[in-house]
Amino acid sequence: MSTTHDTMPFDQALASFEPVLGLEVHVELGTNSKMFCGCSTVFGASPNTQVCPVCLGLPGSMPVVNAMAIESTIRIGLALNCTIASWCRFARKNYFYPDMPKDYQISQYDEPLCSNGYLDVTVPTDDGPTVVRVEIERVHMEEDTGKLLHAGGATGRIHGADHSLVDYNRAGIPLVEIVTKTIEGTGALAPAVAKAYVAELRDLMRALDVSDVRMEEGSMRCDVNLSLNRPGDGWGTRSETKNVNSLRSVERAVHSEIERQAALLTSGGRVVQETRHFHEDTGRSTSGRSKEQAEDYRYFPEPDLVPVAPSDAWIEELRATLPELPSAKRDRLKGEWGINDFELQTIVNAGALDLVEATIAAGVDSAAARKWWTGELQRTANDRGVELADLGVTPQQVREVEALIASGALNDKLARQVFEGLVAQEGTVAQIVSSRGLAVVSDDGALLAAIDDALAAQPDVADKIRDGKVQAAGAIVGAVMKATRGQADAAKVRALLLERLGVSE
Amino acid sequence: MTISRADVAHLGRLARLELTDDELDHYSTQLDVILQAVARISEVAADDIPPTSHPVPMENVFRPDVVVPGVDRDEVFAAAPAHEDDRFRVPRILDEE
Repeated sequence: MSTTHDTMPFDQALASFEPVLGLEVHVELGTNSKMFCGCSTVFGASPNTQVCPVCLGLPGSMPVVNAMAIESTIRIGLALNCTIASWCRFARKNYFYPDMPKDYQISQYDEPLCSNGYLDVTVPTDDGPTVVRVEIERVHMEEDTGKLLHAGGATGRIHGADHSLVDYNRAGIPLVEIVTKTIEGTGALAPAVAKAYVAELRDLMRALDVSDVRMEEGSMRCDVNLSLNRPGDGWGTRSETKNVNSLRSVERAVHSEIERQAALLTSGGRVVQETRHFHEDTGRSTSGRSKEQAEDYRYFPEPDLVPVAPSDAWIEELRATLPELPSAKRDRLKGEWGINDFELQTIVNAGALDLVEATIAAGVDSAAARKWWTGELQRTANDRGVELADLGVTPQQVREVEALIASGALNDKLARQVFEGLVAQEGTVAQIVSSRGLAVVSDDGALLAAIDDALAAQPDVADKIRDGKVQAAGAIVGAVMKATRGQADAAKVRALLLERLGVSE
Repeated sequence: MTISRADVAHLGRLARLELTDDELDHYSTQLDVILQAVARISEVAADDIPPTSHPVPMENVFRPDVVVPGVDRDEVFAAAPAHEDDRFRVPRILDEE
């Protein structure tokens, strides 16, 4: 196994080669039970506590298809503008590896449930966003595999391991595989297109409510197929990079594979058709096993299951359940909020679209809703390494805080402390305001006392203001804000100060 | 012969079976007899008869998405050759990953 490779700088690689991309995305469906048995699918359960004879592959057990999984897959296919098969079968994919106790995986082969669709994705470029249509080859159903730990080795990887330990909780969870047709002509945009496609797919799955699409938990995973060719030549040999488990990694995997293959081809080498493994820490991939040929999987129709033949009426019923899709929603909100492409992109990148929409629906002004979610709250989420939606702050709470600002009870600085308290789960907005003693000091007596203290401490500044240098007032206002730990209305302090000194603006 | 020794060796490798030269001869001959028997079906099946993938003509057999309790882990492990840390313990698999 080789771990390092010479690379060619990206721009130089793109000057000589055209990248051809293909993306395979696996999505774990959010059903309650597994694909072919009634075992629970809850993430994070103790190993091998969500297993039964079917998903353990015990002799005599028989799989039965989960109706919800079929419905979810058809809805995904419809949302991706696919043709839904009127009749299709499951197939056995035979391979020898302990992640599937049956020694085969039930999948679909030449009869996918959905085929020939497309997804339009918005790709950010230096010249503003551009729309790229990614064509979908197929959407098919299969079951997820168990999780292996390689024990005894120092690295947790198989090399050097003494033995492997297997948890079959994940084995049999419904999995949908979405395969693109080859994506050509994207040139230097290839990494950004790949990332934008996976992001759009994730948003689509969320909107359809068919999966929680958490890449970090593996409920959405991406394999990147990439080859390079010189303009005018036929396609080159492709590699398949697995283990790409974040949006950023999708982009980096494409980027680094272009650099690696370009160096290889330029130096007279050739690309080996193989599976490569992406490493989050280095942003590079290493060689894995040579890919088995499809015929080695000895696919054949699954004899334990009968065909799936969705009627037109059922398909139309499911089509009627499709929600507003993310791209249509973005266009609508952009118009409603009166924002430009870049502002929209900021909100989308922050994962704040739904939150901002809900906050506005709760009665908050559009600018204020956007300000909190893409400013203070996004920074906090980034610092904590969590998704904005998982921060623990709700649109309703943002409304409560905004109402307090509007009434003069809080200012922005104090509001930030309220959000800090909400993230730390210190209670409701009212409880945090009370327990942290957060309230704008509106008592004139207390403010005047603080103003007098500040004037006494800076008599030279006081004289300047008396002489009409009103701009010097900032220093006194600042001192008062500091003395009240930010709990004063700065404009009010300024007005009181000038009145005190008998100066007008 | 419709199946070669090389084919049998390849199938053996996919199934992680170590086959001796004698076994390759033995299984090639046996499998060939089976394949010839199956091939006779093609002689009577016209082009308009699709291969059977299921003996009963049924479609759309589904179950509702309802969780039913599985089996107890200790019971499962009692039937397994080896386990460790609440997981099945298996020999390491070479030439993979």
